[in-house]
Amino acid sequence: MTTTTHTAPTDAPPDDRPRLRAAGVTMRFGGLTAVHNVDLEVYAGEIVGLIGPNGAGKTTFFNCLTGLYVPTEGTVSYRGTVLPHRSHLVTQAGIARTFQNIRLFANMTVLENVLVGRHTRTSEGLFSALLRGPRFRRAERESEERALELLRFTGLEGKRDQLARNLPYGEQRKLEIARALASEPGLLLLDEPTAGMTAGETTATRELVLAVREQGTAVLVIEHDMRFIFNLCDRVAVLVQGEKLVEGSPETVQNDDRVIAAYLGTPFEGEPGEAEIAEVRAAEAADREGGEG
Amino acid sequence: MTMTTTDPDTPGTAHAPRATAQGAPLPLRSDPPSNLLLARILIGLGAVVAFVSTLFPWTWTSAFPGDLTIAMYPGGLQILTIVGAALTAAFLLAGAGVRGLRWLTPGGRHSAVLLAALGTLAVTWYTAGAIAEDLGGLANFEPGMWIGIAGSLLAVVGALALPADVPAEPDPLTGRAPHIGHRLRAALAAPAPRQPGSALPGWAEILVICAACGIGLYVFAYGIEAEDGPPFIGFLVVAAFLTPAVGRAGLGRRLSVLAGRHRTVTLLAAFAAALLFPITQSNETYTNIAVSVLIFATVALGLNMVVGLAGILDLGYVAFLGVGAYTAAIVSGAPTSPFDVHLPFWAAVLLGAAVALVFGLVIGFPSLRLHGDYLAIVTLGFGEIFRISVQNLDGDSGPNITNGAKTIPNIPDLELFGFNLGEEHSILGFDLGRFANYYLLMLLFTAIVVAIFRRSNNSRIGRAWIAIREDETAARAMGVNAFRFKLMAFALGATLAGMAGTVLAHVEYSVNPEAYKFVHTAPPNSAFLLIAVILGGMGTVSGPLIGAALLYLIPAKLQFMADYQLLLFGVALVLLMRFRPEGLIADRRKKLEFHETGQLDVPPNGAAGLSKTEA
Repeated sequence: MTTTTHTAPTDAPPDDRPRLRAAGVTMRFGGLTAVHNVDLEVYAGEIVGLIGPNGAGKTTFFNCLTGLYVPTEGTVSYRGTVLPHRSHLVTQAGIARTFQNIRLFANMTVLENVLVGRHTRTSEGLFSALLRGPRFRRAERESEERALELLRFTGLEGKRDQLARNLPYGEQRKLEIARALASEPGLLLLDEPTAGMTAGETTATRELVLAVREQGTAVLVIEHDMRFIFNLCDRVAVLVQGEKLVEGSPETVQNDDRVIAAYLGTPFEGEPGEAEIAEVRAAEAADREGGEG
Repeated sequence: MTMTTTDPDTPGTAHAPRATAQGAPLPLRSDPPSNLLLARILIGLGAVVAFVSTLFPWTWTSAFPGDLTIAMYPGGLQILTIVGAALTAAFLLAGAGVRGLRWLTPGGRHSAVLLAALGTLAVTWYTAGAIAEDLGGLANFEPGMWIGIAGSLLAVVGALALPADVPAEPDPLTGRAPHIGHRLRAALAAPAPRQPGSALPGWAEILVICAACGIGLYVFAYGIEAEDGPPFIGFLVVAAFLTPAVGRAGLGRRLSVLAGRHRTVTLLAAFAAALLFPITQSNETYTNIAVSVLIFATVALGLNMVVGLAGILDLGYVAFLGVGAYTAAIVSGAPTSPFDVHLPFWAAVLLGAAVALVFGLVIGFPSLRLHGDYLAIVTLGFGEIFRISVQNLDGDSGPNITNGAKTIPNIPDLELFGFNLGEEHSILGFDLGRFANYYLLMLLFTAIVVAIFRRSNNSRIGRAWIAIREDETAARAMGVNAFRFKLMAFALGATLAGMAGTVLAHVEYSVNPEAYKFVHTAPPNSAFLLIAVILGGMGTVSGPLIGAALLYLIPAKLQFMADYQLLLFGVALVLLMRFRPEGLIADRRKKLEFHETGQLDVPPNGAAGLSKTEA
């Protein structure tokens, strides 16, 4: 990653309040409890991973954090302030996210995508846009400079005027991160940032996330790729069937029996033992001989 | 970094097909390239013959519209043949590499010639057919007509023998030579225009822009002045062939690059051309149409802001035009107005815009919480509610505010700075009648709307609108307050329509609730406004203006087929959506959106599966 002068404005005073505190978040859809009583904290400078089998409720939990869903119970707070359940206000507060299925503004250029990300950090209204005073022009110029800086940071500076839809898949993922970073978040939520990527692209994404952390933005990442998560994260939480099963360092989580069980399954009680298997094999062999004879 | 880097047609890709085109198989026959010269001679001869034929009379009686009987004085439909022949010749010479003309064909050289020749043939033969039909039989042809028929045919035959710009490939499976339909289609295709080898000097570029605006003015004036029936149909036929010919030649692209480089100059030149229009007119008949076109186009541009930028499908937009018109009518001091107030025009405009803004907010606030089809239906409903309310606020069914179905007639003409717009004035030796005055006034409003559209589009606000149109959830996740911005677009669109409505009330002398329907056979109505936006090109400035002009002129000029108009519009729209879904003028985004196959939201399947199994 290239070096950059990008500084997150949020890391100025040392702040020991957690960037994110989810307390007792529960999400029910009718009779289905997708997320049940999940607590999670993310501190400044941390990269936290959230893993779990398909359907464990990771993305639902993300949507609760970012105001897309209103959790049935529990609160989400950012730096000690409880967040409202409106997605644009959450972004305004300082939490930005990417989506599991890339949701770029497909027919806008790369630069415009990032400029939309600047929306909450600029305030030019309709009248200043119509009058085009010096303040408007300065704000536009600054936004553009900032956006170009982010494109350089993510390695997309050569593609600024291409339509987002025409970028290759890996670069679309990068652009989504650049767009999220444009809102100058204190916490970045990444929903499966390496899904569908080659090994090389995954490594590049890992470096990008580390560089984001360097700038003082905490990161919470959902991922399926275990190697990616365990190499990257300071702390990993495992979500199974809507509940937080384990939380701890990558080593702890990796060696936890319950996690292995959740991913690979546990032996059930009536499972056939060695003896039964041998018996069945013998019977089958006898059967075959009989058929030939 | 310049815009040129975004251009998908890098010189390399543009040159590649060109190089192969030189020795490529001919579109219809596989003759050796030496016949290229013969083909060119044939085309040139045909163009000259067609041109010369217009100097002779085409028919014996002036009963046929346009008077085609005078020798050495082409008129009416003959002018169109001249234009076609001249363009054929120009593209031919440019394609042959004549110095100074090569600038004309940066894209396809031969396909442009073929289309121009076909356009000449179509309009000449159409004229012949119309004469035979109108006057009864081929006996009404003078020799000039036969010469024209032969000349235009000659040019097309020659053009068909030209090698294709993009040669048709043999069938990859069977290896058989491409069949004739395939080759014809290839003959009409053109490669993307190459970058100009040497840039023109700045003054020459500005001159080109001014010339293009002048030609635009001439074309518009010709179309508006063309008589009903054959002359106007001839105009449409020529336009239908020559516009793609110019496009295939790559001129359209080249002009839009120039316009992009000199935005202010282009806007000023276009504005100046529009200002000149009433001066070119000797009587009021056509300025009357022009002012209606302008009002219709301005409202369409306002709707484009709502539909094209923010993506809100508004099927009741004409109601806001009505709100403005009624507001202006009520405060105009008309004797039939239920209120005895007479505000100066500037106050009426502000009031009309303000009332429309309030209506926009009141209607938008509840309905913009809906999405997609539901929103469209609700706006349609509000549009009809407006019309029916106006009809009933007549003193019988409710308070008398609008005079109901009795309408508000006799709206007085405007007075601005001592000028009565209803009277004829002589300015700089030009006589400007009533409609010319209103045309100039309306042009000012159009300029305001164009400025508002461009400036809001190219700003934080416009980006938020487009983001909402593209993906509302993602826009909200990026911090855009979607509801607020949609309401802003909706209310701003309403305000602009209300502003245009205040002029409309004075131009038309009266306001009538029946004029603001959802669908009607004549503009303005909500359906036509939406069609103008879609036909012209969503999200562009010039698109809705051109779309509205066409949509207004065609019903006005083709009165004789009034019964089939809606049917024809339907057919035209279906064809347009099939062959050019981005509209006549393509937004740079839309162009890429509809003609590239890139899929956004689909991760490569194999790769996704791989990472999951690894986990």
